[in-house]
Amino acid sequence: MNERTSLTIAGRELQSRLILGTGGFTNHEILASALEASGAQMCTVALRRLDPAARGSILDVLDGAGVQVLPNTAGCYTARDAIITAQLAREAFETDWIKLEVIGDDRTLLPDAVELVSAAEALVDDGFVVLPYTTDDPILARRLEDVGCAAVMPLGSPIGSGMGIRNPYNISIIIERAGVPVVLDAGVGTASDAAFAIELGCDAVLCASAISRAHDPVAMARAIRLAVESGWLARGAGRIPRRRYAEASTPDEGLPVFDQGTAGVSHTASQ
Amino acid sequence: MTMSVTVNGDPQELPDGATVASVIASLHNAPDGRGVAVAVEGEVVPRAQWPSTKLREGANIEVVVAVQGG
Repeated sequence: MNERTSLTIAGRELQSRLILGTGGFTNHEILASALEASGAQMCTVALRRLDPAARGSILDVLDGAGVQVLPNTAGCYTARDAIITAQLAREAFETDWIKLEVIGDDRTLLPDAVELVSAAEALVDDGFVVLPYTTDDPILARRLEDVGCAAVMPLGSPIGSGMGIRNPYNISIIIERAGVPVVLDAGVGTASDAAFAIELGCDAVLCASAISRAHDPVAMARAIRLAVESGWLARGAGRIPRRRYAEASTPDEGLPVFDQGTAGVSHTASQ
Repeated sequence: MTMSVTVNGDPQELPDGATVASVIASLHNAPDGRGVAVAVEGEVVPRAQWPSTKLREGANIEVVVAVQGG
């Protein structure tokens, strides 16, 4: 890969623009295979109470693959809980990086903007590299960048909904105005959604459910990897402008005339 | 003498003078090194302080590890 394709967040360079969320995989073996197929170099993990009956640790899978661990604060509803969870994650994984999630309710899993900004500010002050999961609100994205977040991660649609990017105009505005990387963080349902995100201008895509809950997670991991690469190539190639009317790709010049009686009749629409 | 504490929501009786380190050592499946963290009364206890952090009667201890998510 050439250096144009790499992604840099907080000074760290990643060769892949796909970040893998590890939630929802049936077992560690499928996760390991999907991770390899995805080409991702960074994966999220969550923190939960130690389960004496658990078999194997996800950390072994991620360490074995040599990927960077990005702990999250999934399940936190308040800034206070998110901050403690981030501090626990720093202690457990020896990383300052945190995917900050502060949600408002369990039905939408939408971010709580007030708690989110408050937690982000406190964690930045505490030395964390904060990657906040946020709504597609350009003003909230700006506020998160203003308090020092290393990236902003707007949703395309709610977590696990597979509804794609519901408001590409807002995502575009976030991208245009952001001085930090923009990672599309939720809503991807299939490969085309990921390609669209990158074509829109997102720097990366974070996918969990689209891969882990697919009928064939390993195949979907590869599909989304290729979609992210395709989107990146297409973006660099420069798409044609959208037009309301056709623009012939075949020249009219030299078109043979078969019926002299209608020669000179215009086929141009009156409007 | 023993004291009552709560570890991950479960009431436990520990000998007086028990530390965070001794609680971790008693837990089945606790990772040896990286991958586990502890909060006592909502405050993170750094690993280096586990042996010296004595627990008090009624302490609430949360021991967390990595799981799939996000």
